[in-house]
Amino acid sequence: MNPVSERRFGVNRREYPGRLFVVEGIDGSGKSTQLTLLAQFLRGKGYPVIFSEWNSSPIVKTTTSRGKKRKILTPITFSLIHATDFSDRIEREIIPALKAGGIVLADRYVYTAFARDCVRGVDRGWVRSLYRFAPVPTMSFYFRTPLDIALKRILSGRPKLKWYEAGMDLELHSDVIDSYVLFQRRILEEYELLVEEFNLSVMDATLPVEIQQKQLRDAIRPFLPKRERVAPETWLAGDPRLAKPAAAPAAPTTAPAREVGR
Amino acid sequence: MRRFESYGEGVPNLDLSELSGWLIVVEGTDGVGRSTQVSRLRGVLERMGYAVAETGLSRSDLASRGIRRAKEGNTLGSNAFNLFYATDFADRLERQILPALRAGFVMLTDRYVYSLIARAIVRGADPDWIKSVFSFSLKPDAVFYLRIEVEDLVPRVLAEGGFDYWESGMDLPMGEDLYDSFVNYQRKVIHELDRLSAEYGFETLDATRPIDENAEILEERISRLLRSGSRVVGAT
Repeated sequence: MNPVSERRFGVNRREYPGRLFVVEGIDGSGKSTQLTLLAQFLRGKGYPVIFSEWNSSPIVKTTTSRGKKRKILTPITFSLIHATDFSDRIEREIIPALKAGGIVLADRYVYTAFARDCVRGVDRGWVRSLYRFAPVPTMSFYFRTPLDIALKRILSGRPKLKWYEAGMDLELHSDVIDSYVLFQRRILEEYELLVEEFNLSVMDATLPVEIQQKQLRDAIRPFLPKRERVAPETWLAGDPRLAKPAAAPAAPTTAPAREVGR
Repeated sequence: MRRFESYGEGVPNLDLSELSGWLIVVEGTDGVGRSTQVSRLRGVLERMGYAVAETGLSRSDLASRGIRRAKEGNTLGSNAFNLFYATDFADRLERQILPALRAGFVMLTDRYVYSLIARAIVRGADPDWIKSVFSFSLKPDAVFYLRIEVEDLVPRVLAEGGFDYWESGMDLPMGEDLYDSFVNYQRKVIHELDRLSAEYGFETLDATRPIDENAEILEERISRLLRSGSRVVGAT
């Protein structure tokens, strides 16, 4: 239980053949819309695209919602249960897809935890170390939005804010809406610090949707694997385990594909 | 004046000076007789006039059901399991252990973070990493380690009804059947607990000794500890 070690998220960069693109930003920044459009673009180009959303591990999320409904989550358990969910998705969705050469699009990533958990008072070094198992994304985009614009988008359309969503556990304000506004402002401040710390690519989320999407596509294009509309064999060409035995003697075409042991 | 400390940064907004009870841990691998000792100790301490509370792995309000469900299907990632247990521990720390310590109870803990760290390391977690995850935990007043060799553990587990899937590390697995995997897995867990014992200064008890003998030793050690000085709330 050495106080947080220096080896934090972002230090160990393991290489995978796939690509990982991340969108981040406060609620109402339009990041999910942009990611959906990006997925359309990539699928259209023939890339295998895998979507991974924050807080979506089927096993873990029932516990998360139990904690939220009963309002029993503390800053530490809030942080740990989200890390559990994230770890499950990393192990079972994201890393296998990256190994297989897929393009993973993540709606929120470790930066969401860094921003939210720190606002809740969790130690900065601790939460960065907690997520050390996370692969470093190919690119992470931060959709920078003025607070009033994001609030207008959220508060005009949504009927009811949930307890933790509004940051009511922080006891910033007894009114849910006021609490939400104060909470989002603090998260925004944390995100601004993260932009520098992790070199996030900043998007101007006040621009028209289609302009942002063009910028996003332009930004990721250089990082896409070279060939488009490729067969899986080509994707996996770099993986020695999948290589066909090179010197396999040419079998008679009539022979069965595989000899069945008897 | 004795007071509690955290290993690292600790729980946000926790005032350690308001904790006055005692945090006593019984550690050891699966099937070693921890629970028997804990329940005997409880009786002894209560007869001595101490208020006693108990906790143990995956007994949290928040995560116990989720963990049980995840174990049934074996459908959770291995590292996610480590963190799920950490969530369970944190919930128990904040909602069972700390309230009991505030109220001056003797908190008997059937396994603490050490077992969780040992199990995570055996499952491939980086030791520094998993220790830093648990750095918010409190340093206990005492850790008693019921130590056994796997050769002595096997007949006990057989007598108690056989090998459990998880206690045999079959999620990894570490052998071609439950028995092989149990032996290999438990040997590694015990090895990690031994290392943690050296690192964190556990008091080791030979778990092959008769239950009564170990109970007497525990009783003697703990009553001496409790007599050595009570904490005064608010002391700095």
